[in-house]
Amino acid sequence: MPRTVDLTAVTPYADHLGDGLVQLSFTLPVPYSLAARKAALELAGKMGFEEPEVVHYQQLTDGYTYFVMYGRCVQTVDFTALQGEGFDIEYMGEEEIESFAAEHLGRRIVVVGASTGSDTHSVGIDAMLNLKGYHGHHGLEGYRSFQTYNLGSQVPNSVLVAKAIEVGADAILVSQTVTQQNLHVHNLTELVEMVEAEGKRGEIILACGGPRVSSELAKELGYDAGFSKGTYPHHLATFIVRELAARVATAG
Amino acid sequence: MSGSKLDLDPGVVAACRQAARQIAEQVTDQIAGRTTLSVERSVTRLLGVDGADSLDVPLPNVLVDHVHERGGLGHGIAYWLGNTMLQTGRSPQEIADSVSAGEIVLTEIDLADDRAIHDRVAEECAARLKEISGRFDERRAMRERLGEGPPPLRYVLTATGDVYEDVVHAKAVAEAGGDIIAVIRSTAQSLLDYVPYGPTTEGYGGTFATQANFRIMREAMDEWSEKHGRYVRLSSFCSGLCMSEIASMGAWEGFDNMVNDALYGILYRDINIVRGLIDQRVSRMINGYFGVVINTGEDNYLRTADAIEAAPSVTASQFINHQLARESGVPDGQIALGDAFEIDVPVRNGLLYEWAQAQLTRELFPDCPIKYMPPTRHMDGNLFRTHASDTLFNLVTIATGQGVQTIGVPTEGIFTPHIHDRVLGLQNVDYVFNAAHDLGEEIEFKRGGIIQTRAQEVLAAAHVLLERIAQTGLFEAIEQATFGDVSRGVEDGRGIEGIVTTEEGYFNPVVDLMREATYA
Ligand code: B12
Repeated sequence: MPRTVDLTAVTPYADHLGDGLVQLSFTLPVPYSLAARKAALELAGKMGFEEPEVVHYQQLTDGYTYFVMYGRCVQTVDFTALQGEGFDIEYMGEEEIESFAAEHLGRRIVVVGASTGSDTHSVGIDAMLNLKGYHGHHGLEGYRSFQTYNLGSQVPNSVLVAKAIEVGADAILVSQTVTQQNLHVHNLTELVEMVEAEGKRGEIILACGGPRVSSELAKELGYDAGFSKGTYPHHLATFIVRELAARVATAG
Repeated sequence: MSGSKLDLDPGVVAACRQAARQIAEQVTDQIAGRTTLSVERSVTRLLGVDGADSLDVPLPNVLVDHVHERGGLGHGIAYWLGNTMLQTGRSPQEIADSVSAGEIVLTEIDLADDRAIHDRVAEECAARLKEISGRFDERRAMRERLGEGPPPLRYVLTATGDVYEDVVHAKAVAEAGGDIIAVIRSTAQSLLDYVPYGPTTEGYGGTFATQANFRIMREAMDEWSEKHGRYVRLSSFCSGLCMSEIASMGAWEGFDNMVNDALYGILYRDINIVRGLIDQRVSRMINGYFGVVINTGEDNYLRTADAIEAAPSVTASQFINHQLARESGVPDGQIALGDAFEIDVPVRNGLLYEWAQAQLTRELFPDCPIKYMPPTRHMDGNLFRTHASDTLFNLVTIATGQGVQTIGVPTEGIFTPHIHDRVLGLQNVDYVFNAAHDLGEEIEFKRGGIIQTRAQEVLAAAHVLLERIAQTGLFEAIEQATFGDVSRGVEDGRGIEGIVTTEEGYFNPVVDLMREATYA
């Protein structure tokens, strides 16, 4: 009889249901030695892994040792409690978005976007905004219902905010790629603060994106939404038109 | 072409070189009669000026801005320094200190005879260049004594943002067989019109290129090299608004390689075209003079343009960059032209197209080392897939005999590599280079097959492109988004205000002495 998954207590699956096997790899700043191996095993134990096993370890340079390990995870999560957490959003297609916008808003939506700070990565924001778009989906520039301004990359937050105010933007779109030492967190936070200082936070939708941006992070930093890898322009557009329509509805 | 595995038409190749020469000559004419703030600052650096004032403004900036604000830079900083040296007997460093302290105004000092000024500063400059050359001679001797790995040299980036962490990562790289360690620069540095001073521990996606950081890395790697009996090279980036200054700093600190390509700054940091190309000329001249290997950045185009469609622009750019480097006095053996393995993973026969392109570059520039870059653009969070792509990349590298290979790391699509990621990358390289060591010697391509046909097509398209650029000029081509699908106008971009028109009597002893040496 095949066993069925208990979705209220899910644990990793490797070979058999419920085995909980996890692969991990890391470096410890200790010399390559049997003691190093012991240290790795002990650490994995403290992480909560049962039967931790070092399958490979080697010296990287004097005083640094790299490990590949396996361990059995004994924690579980209740998957049934997590439904409706994102993946299930139904996105509209381009035409659907156009007619939704025409019906609910009846005007062009103004969006201003940029890759900010010293970040020169523009492919992500271009994918969202430029006509060419991404993987055959055109960007918001190609939508009748959107008026877009793409300021490009390396744009100071102050310039982006000023432009948004100047053109009466409905939404500010920020892209951030360089994340080392949390540079993106710093940049994204600064933008929110600027918009707040201008007294515009209530009027303008703030959305950010980038390979290491998540919707959790975005919300934590004060954005209305965050988008990561695999985002297409119509995902963003769906969010914007729905959000604006909701705002119109509550205002009206 | 004799010995060509790709059956290339020598007539087309010759026509490409001819067009590239014409393009490079036009560029030379278009940038003539001008200098830049950073070129002048690099003159002061090569004359031995270093340090920063109490506000952390580097003294080369203090000095050059001082003269520029007084409208004197059209004569060149060397002119004013030479005069002050003559009239006050102070050294360039002492003069910089005095200017910084507000004790003297260079443009108000009595002017000596032009000839005497030139002679004084040229003499000083020659002495400094000799001093640096002497250090490079010692370094070459050390390299020969210790020996280094055979090509393809394994080029590895460190980019923690903290120079002391970079040292640890660099040692791990050396231990795993890395031959060249590149201190990659922090994100914000390209746009700074000065080079920060002192050791730094905070950078993003890279570590600031400062002279102190260079020294720290150099000392650590020299120590490692002596201890382990294998010479490890160092590299950094002559790019952004301070190309020639970084070349000067690298010269003082004995850096062996330098990425040196203005197009990168122009296309991806929005640096003005003219500014970039003037800075590049002098910066390549400095690298060339001291025997430093330069790397060009054609690989970058494939990060914003499609690798299959844009292949001819890479080849065309290699021809142009080759000529521009030669015009700066860099010999072929020091020109590592850029190339990359960037075809999207699902493309059927992608490996064959990569092979064709890599072999093509090799055959077109047989005396240049070639710097071959790993897949990055289409790499994502699936680090195991990236590792697999890198294996194919390593295979093409060894089979086509590239001179320098930037190693791929499994986490390329995620973050700047962690200490063990580079080691995993290097182990992959070891495995493939050893297992396929003589594969290149064994291989001939099928006549009219996919690889030959692809290479011939790319070459033919590059030829068409080069002829077009020879008509319009390089600036117009850049404006038409020929490279990397990015368009930049000649009147736009950062650093344009730092271009200075030279006046009658302009004098740059660095350029003069280096040119003399090259054409002597
Ligand atoms: C292309 C590229 C470059 C090009 C950029 C050219 C350009 N005009 O954009 C060049 C060569 C210039 C470059 C430079 C550098 N790069 Co780079 N680069 C990349 C590369 C290869 C691909 C990035 C990319 O274009 N992806 C494709 C786009 C479509 O994906 P995306 O950005 O994730 O966008 C999608 C989503 O995230 C989302 N999205 C993104 N933005 C937004 C915004 C909104 C509003 C929404 C809704 C959605 C959204 O939608 C998009 C479509 O699905 C990556 C490696 C990789 N494979 O990821 C490294 C990488 C991003 N670069 C990196 C680094 C470190 C740099 C440099 C700092 C290196 C240096 N020290 O010089 C410099 C940057 C300097 C600077 N000032 O920023 C690191 C970043 C590490 C980190 N996490 O901090 C990476 C990961 C490489 C690495 N492993 O080291 N780079």
